[in-house]
Amino acid sequence: MASISHPLDEGHGHSAARQKASFWSTFVDQWIITVDHKHLGLMYIIVALLFFVAAGIQGGLIRMQLMYPNNTFLSPQVFNEMFTMHGTTMVFFVGMPFIAGLANYLIPLMIGARDMAFPRLNALGFWITTLGGILLYSSYFAWTGSAAGTGGAPDVGWFAYAPLTEKAFSPGSSTDFWILSVMLSSIGSTVTAINILATALCMRTKGMTLSRMPLLVWMFCVVSFQILVALPPLTAAQIMLLLDRFMGAHFFDTNAVGDAVLWRHFFWLFGHPEVYILIIPGFACVTEIIPVFARKPIFGRAAMIGASVSIGLISLGVWAHHMYTVGLPSRANIFFSVATMLVGVPTGIKIFNWIATMWGGRIRFRTPMLWCIAFLFHFLLAGLTGIMLAVAPFDWQLGNSYFVVAHFHYTLIGGLLCTLFAGVAYWFPKATGRMLSEKLGKWHFWLMIIGFHVTFDGLHIAGLLGMPRRIYTYPAGRGWEGFNYFSTWGVAIQAVAILIFVWNVLDALIQGKKAGNDPWDAWTLEWATTSPPPEYNFAVLPEVHSSRPLWDLKHPEDPDWKYEQS
Amino acid sequence: MSTAASLPMNPPIDDARNFDKGKVGLISLILTEVSLFSIFVTAYIFYIGKSASGPQPVDVLTVPVWATICLLSSSLTAELAVRAVRQDARSRFLAFLGATILLGAEFMRQTAVEWNKLINTDHLTIATNVFGTTYYSLVGLHATHVVVGLILLLVAFLAALSGANVGKHEHRLHLLSWYWHFVDVIWIVVFTVVYVVGR
Ligand SMILES: [Cu+2]
Repeated sequence: MASISHPLDEGHGHSAARQKASFWSTFVDQWIITVDHKHLGLMYIIVALLFFVAAGIQGGLIRMQLMYPNNTFLSPQVFNEMFTMHGTTMVFFVGMPFIAGLANYLIPLMIGARDMAFPRLNALGFWITTLGGILLYSSYFAWTGSAAGTGGAPDVGWFAYAPLTEKAFSPGSSTDFWILSVMLSSIGSTVTAINILATALCMRTKGMTLSRMPLLVWMFCVVSFQILVALPPLTAAQIMLLLDRFMGAHFFDTNAVGDAVLWRHFFWLFGHPEVYILIIPGFACVTEIIPVFARKPIFGRAAMIGASVSIGLISLGVWAHHMYTVGLPSRANIFFSVATMLVGVPTGIKIFNWIATMWGGRIRFRTPMLWCIAFLFHFLLAGLTGIMLAVAPFDWQLGNSYFVVAHFHYTLIGGLLCTLFAGVAYWFPKATGRMLSEKLGKWHFWLMIIGFHVTFDGLHIAGLLGMPRRIYTYPAGRGWEGFNYFSTWGVAIQAVAILIFVWNVLDALIQGKKAGNDPWDAWTLEWATTSPPPEYNFAVLPEVHSSRPLWDLKHPEDPDWKYEQS
Repeated sequence: MSTAASLPMNPPIDDARNFDKGKVGLISLILTEVSLFSIFVTAYIFYIGKSASGPQPVDVLTVPVWATICLLSSSLTAELAVRAVRQDARSRFLAFLGATILLGAEFMRQTAVEWNKLINTDHLTIATNVFGTTYYSLVGLHATHVVVGLILLLVAFLAALSGANVGKHEHRLHLLSWYWHFVDVIWIVVFTVVYVVGR
């Protein structure tokens, strides 16, 4: 049996002592020096939401600048800083901490453990990631001049192409803030990945074999593998860039046979798997939620595991589809086109399985399920534009256009963000003991979906009409005005949706309906304990006989283990 | 259904076959380190023969036979030290661990001598050409890992000298020896790329 980090009696003594403690020592105990996976998980998610607000405001400012042709709402320099900070924040300080938070909160509960394998390492990862985010935003105070590369915030784009990042072109400290803060985020993610693998492989409760492990945990294992393999290329390239900037090395120095394209290879060697590192946790949420709301077990469990693993492996070999416009040899173009389309196969299997799970089920259209269904639509469309961009000649035409911007916002907002809201709506009762309001949840859902489509649907066409990404402004008469005008209004609708979400959360915390242990009549172990779970998660560690332990418990006359092998 | 304790007990319990979390953690760390090194190795190979000016590898690099012998044999002594712990042979453990540290330190001394010659005699620094850039970063990254390993070995050695119960930490020493073997294997790759292929 797994080793136990917080023995039962220790937990009891702890909470008894806490009742006498003052507010501040309780606060420090629970939210600063804590090593409890549930607190760290929630802290990750809170930090991610704070940075989400910051990056969302940046996105809104970008859209306001682009609302009208020849607009001067922002200066060109500030505009460059905005899109750099928006992208960097969303990927490294919203996406990554949010998925780390989900993993931390859910995995020990779902496998019947009392904590992660390395609780103190977990706290280290959280604080390093948070420090990275603070470092990134402290760049605003390091203003040294108004020329490019000398202002406070980084302005080299989230993929920071060489040689623009070299000392000659970015002489100030803004690029160093970008390098170091992203490096800290990567260290935090690596630490989390090691912890997830060790927890899933070493802390499972009695009877929970790998074949019975919840699919969410399986998918987070794939993500962890990808983090371990795909983050070092970025870190290595950043170390090289630091050596270039401070020691006079020539890795990406085009004045001394250094190669700028090498940076692109290293960056996208990280950058493409990163897309899957972000979206597979979304798949994981959907895979847990759809069966519960369709009242059927997941269709094709083994195929789901196989598809996740093959996505994890194939996505390591497709990076150069971000580099067609560099001018690759045609053999490379063919290889990376085919490899990229290959990822569509396991992804297609997953979409098939999710739909097959719903097929013939008694679907309950509660908010978590609505988000999952929206995700399916959006991700299918994003996948189709992705296949279009995988074709090299098509990409030569539309690479670095707003078509690409619309495509990846479809994957990340229409896809990932929808699944994260699904996850929040589904597990909020477990984490807080309170139900979110269905009425506010549906307002949040529909406004978000409408706002999202108003923002991004038209941008596909603006891209097809030739609007390049990252342009500061554009002349009138190109046919882009209407799409840009409505897109900006879409952001306003999304902002209202987010406000309703915040209202819903605060309202539920204050006066939400009591959730009880198992409000959704679900089947995985986290619903077997109280809401919120006690510090030690389970008074007695549960024993598991199938992949749906709570089904077995509720239906002793017809348990799953009668039908599952091994 | 108040607690999970009341889950049905009827079918036989399969053992979950959990793995050792120290080993899983260390293997994960090694996996991510291998990925990190492979990027520096790729950069080295990519820039072989591309330096337009300054010293070339063939002019200034000599094959570090003695340093390599030292580092490779330190893996052997590390393994013997772990075996000594298992057999509860304290003085043998101290001797082999001490030998591992000395061999690792000799490797670092050789590196220092080599770098001193390259910098002061051959005038090759990290800023001279892409050979210098990739050479110092790759060899330096490996040397950093040797230093980290040496510090950990030294901590173990001092703790054992000051009377710590070595047998109690057998598992940790075992993991430390795995890390040390990993540093060794990386050296074989660096050696092949820098002194065989790249020269
Ligand atoms: Cu990609």
